[in-house]
Amino acid sequence: MPLFDQLYNFAHWLAHDRSEAEDLVQETYVKALRGFSSFQPGTNFRAWMYRILRNTFLTSRTGLKATIALDADDTPELPAGPETPETIFIEHSQHQFLQAAIEALPVHSREVILLCEVEEMSYQEIAEALSIPIGTVMSRLSRARKSLRENLQQKLVRS
Amino acid sequence: MTDHWTAKLDTYLDGELSADEMRELDIHLRGCPPCAADVLNRLQTKRAMRTAGMRYRPSSDFRERVKKSIAAKPRRSPIRGWLGATVAVAFLLLVGFVTISMRQGQMARQQAFSELADLHVATLASANPVDVISTDRHTVKPWFQGKIPFTFNLPELQGSEFILVGGRVAYLGQSPGAELIYQIRKHQISVFIFQDRGTGREIGSSTQSQKELSFNMETWDQAGLRYFVIADASSDDLRKLADMLQKAP
Repeated sequence: MPLFDQLYNFAHWLAHDRSEAEDLVQETYVKALRGFSSFQPGTNFRAWMYRILRNTFLTSRTGLKATIALDADDTPELPAGPETPETIFIEHSQHQFLQAAIEALPVHSREVILLCEVEEMSYQEIAEALSIPIGTVMSRLSRARKSLRENLQQKLVRS
Repeated sequence: MTDHWTAKLDTYLDGELSADEMRELDIHLRGCPPCAADVLNRLQTKRAMRTAGMRYRPSSDFRERVKKSIAAKPRRSPIRGWLGATVAVAFLLLVGFVTISMRQGQMARQQAFSELADLHVATLASANPVDVISTDRHTVKPWFQGKIPFTFNLPELQGSEFILVGGRVAYLGQSPGAELIYQIRKHQISVFIFQDRGTGREIGSSTQSQKELSFNMETWDQAGLRYFVIADASSDDLRKLADMLQKAP
């Protein structure tokens, strides 16, 4: 099945729960088949599938809860610190730190960073998948990366 | 470090800067060690993110369940619906296959390139970048005897700008190979030589040049061996060295 593993991984990251992730993926495939006529040949199929999954998630109970008190796109960005937590992080090479840091991101930051870094989507593809303008993709990505670095730095200080 | 560029480093690594900005930043990175180091850090984090992000796998039970549920859908409709759904599934599979193949190719290429770039960076970052230190090819080449399962030829560098710094054993895909370090002006160049048993095939099967994340790379097959020349030096320099290696007696 096309994109099955990737969609499941993304769904699990969004829902934080195996059975909810399974429901999301199953519903995504059912909706994709049912609404296949709405897919326009020539447009991005992968982005279309992710959009279905993501919309399904947003209208689910977990999704609604997760998007309450969302991070506003116009939040001023904090200036980057002089430290490079990446350096320390790489040296420690702690996989779990990074996963916990992704986990801790608000859902809008989490989804954009997963699509960019894990799915390696272009900004255009991400914009299509999330139904947002490219400018918003860039600002969310920038904010997500900043939060991740800060989060990693805090974890390292504590450890 | 220039703030103007610092803000664009992630976009640069995402490959989303305009061609002009990409070129400008490439040039800037060659002359700005703090920014170059920053790019490397971000690149490492990016790679770690990719691995950490692929965290969850669907169970085979669930996969079967979804397959069945998709297959079961058409039975509720008469023949027309069944045909429509079959066509949809076929198309879905076809488009999915194309998408996945393209993506796998892209990922494999990037992974192979990243692995080589990592080996190169790790060597440069090491306190002892080479295990045999010599500018003499007649010292460096014999050092590999008994350490790797093949031999190779090195070019005479007299009259060229290149200097042989030394060598070490490197591993790619669990296969041992040779890593030779050359220098041109202030740039260190890694030359990797592995047995051509599919090693690095993802990057390309023939002679070719690659450019990614500010590193340049030349790669080719020769006499059953696979060569990779990688550095932040200009692609012209790498081509020159590649040419000399190819013509080595």
